[in-house]
Amino acid sequence: MRNILIVARKEIQEGLRNRWVLATTLLLAGLALSLTFLGSAPTGTVGVRALDVVIVSLSSLTIFLLPLIALLISHDAIVGEMERGTMILLLSYPVGRWQVLLGKFVGHLSILAFATLLGYGAAAGALAATGAEIDAASWWAFATMIGSSILLGAAFIAVGYLVSALVRERGTAGGIAVGIWLVFVLIYDMALLGMLVVDQGQTLSGGLLNALLLLNPADAYRLFNLTGSAGVGAFSGMAGVAQTATLSPSALLAALAAWAIVPLALAALAFSRREL
Amino acid sequence: MTGTVEIRNVVKRFGKVEAVRDVSFSLPEGETVALVGHNGAGKTTLMKLMLGLIRPSSGNIAVLGDDPAAGQFEARRRLGYLPENVSFNAALTGSETLAFYARLKRETDKSVAPLLERVGLTHAANRRVGTYSKGMRQRLGLAQALLGEPRVLLLDEPTTGLDPALRQSFYEIVEDLRGRGATVLLSSHALTELEERAGRVVIMNRGIKVADGTLDELRRIARLPTRIRLKVTDAGLANVPNWLGPVEGWRRVNGHMVEIDASPERKIEVLRRATDEGAPVEDLDVVPPTLDELYAHFLRSQETAR
Repeated sequence: MRNILIVARKEIQEGLRNRWVLATTLLLAGLALSLTFLGSAPTGTVGVRALDVVIVSLSSLTIFLLPLIALLISHDAIVGEMERGTMILLLSYPVGRWQVLLGKFVGHLSILAFATLLGYGAAAGALAATGAEIDAASWWAFATMIGSSILLGAAFIAVGYLVSALVRERGTAGGIAVGIWLVFVLIYDMALLGMLVVDQGQTLSGGLLNALLLLNPADAYRLFNLTGSAGVGAFSGMAGVAQTATLSPSALLAALAAWAIVPLALAALAFSRREL
Repeated sequence: MTGTVEIRNVVKRFGKVEAVRDVSFSLPEGETVALVGHNGAGKTTLMKLMLGLIRPSSGNIAVLGDDPAAGQFEARRRLGYLPENVSFNAALTGSETLAFYARLKRETDKSVAPLLERVGLTHAANRRVGTYSKGMRQRLGLAQALLGEPRVLLLDEPTTGLDPALRQSFYEIVEDLRGRGATVLLSSHALTELEERAGRVVIMNRGIKVADGTLDELRRIARLPTRIRLKVTDAGLANVPNWLGPVEGWRRVNGHMVEIDASPERKIEVLRRATDEGAPVEDLDVVPPTLDELYAHFLRSQETAR
């Protein structure tokens, strides 16, 4: 446990030093703030639950941005250190390989969580400061949105580690990471939509759709946040999908958690078998 | 089982390549041992095996009584390693880097400053490692290897990139540790690099151990001739065999010089004749076989044996 924290601490230290933390926080805060104030323009400010609108726009931002940031910091974690030659020295110390991996995970996730919390929190804070009325249900939905965003980040960090543990060169890891982002964030949904349109509800059952949505962490996240609370669902235009796909919020969260744990375990396995 | 490092019949294959072939040796406490061989001779592979970073295809390794690949960390806490071309994360400072490694060895942060002082990096302790020169990185590498008073030090090509003054202080540090009972294994691609610092030399070639012993022992085994150079008067040059006696393998160089390759047992005899009362010799040089010649001899003898 202590080794994990030592490695995590070094990762955070490095993240602070090479401005990863600063850049990510500023990027998320900047985008969140502009979405908050530009996004409320079409709905106006009269009687509308302002924070719910923010949740919808921020969770759409999360789906694009957090997986990208997570993959950027994680794809290099193992193969990069091996190529630079720092891994061989680290592993000659009294520290297990799984401890190195888990320590990096804790460190990278802390960086991502810090940036998300601060960036999105700034948006909510700014909204509250302008005098918008926000009820407890909206705050709760906002908090779960941030929590699930961090979980989504964890999933993509784990996937990035798996790639990093399997490939031989940094360039390959970078290419695969971009590919994974494209597939999960853009192509998967388009393909799913295309299938639904072509199929016209003939053969694709609700159960199959559910399974397909759980097979993509980004979809699980989207469904969790956009249909999770009634207020948010109304704005998101996801009510239709939510009726077809009958997935409980806990099932969606479990899917997200599985997307973090399984790749992480596989990465640890691949890393432990790797010869230096 | 007396040594701190025991290697028995170790074989390591990478696919079809046999990097280490049936190597056995034991490293005792308080000794500096040099592991010498060309690039690709298996030196780094042997060190990685001792660290447990890779597992042997067959054979046994014990470091401080433990199997290094078994996942036991007790032995590793008492082990220092300096990899070939050591590198560090460029974003952290020298003392931050060293503090990180100290924590992993359960040393307090207090041990960092004295170590930096010892390798002469105090002035650069708060600079980012990315700004360090090659020699400074090598010194930081040595500092991390010295963390926790190691009982076994594995140093992979430690002096490449160090200037002579640094090399000197480097060997002083190593000698100091050895004096306190540590086992020091130095690898090098040339015997001359070691400047006779090692008490014992293990020569590797293509994964095979070709020689193992002190430099004197190796010299005796190799039976390399000592080169004797005589400056001879004009009169003496005309009839060398007359005063030198029946010596094979002499030749004239540079007009007035006679050069003799004397085998170890003939050496004294040749010198006596050359310094005899009536010998026409004006000056004399004795050149013992160099470390390079010794090294080349062992590599050659193994190549022809195969």
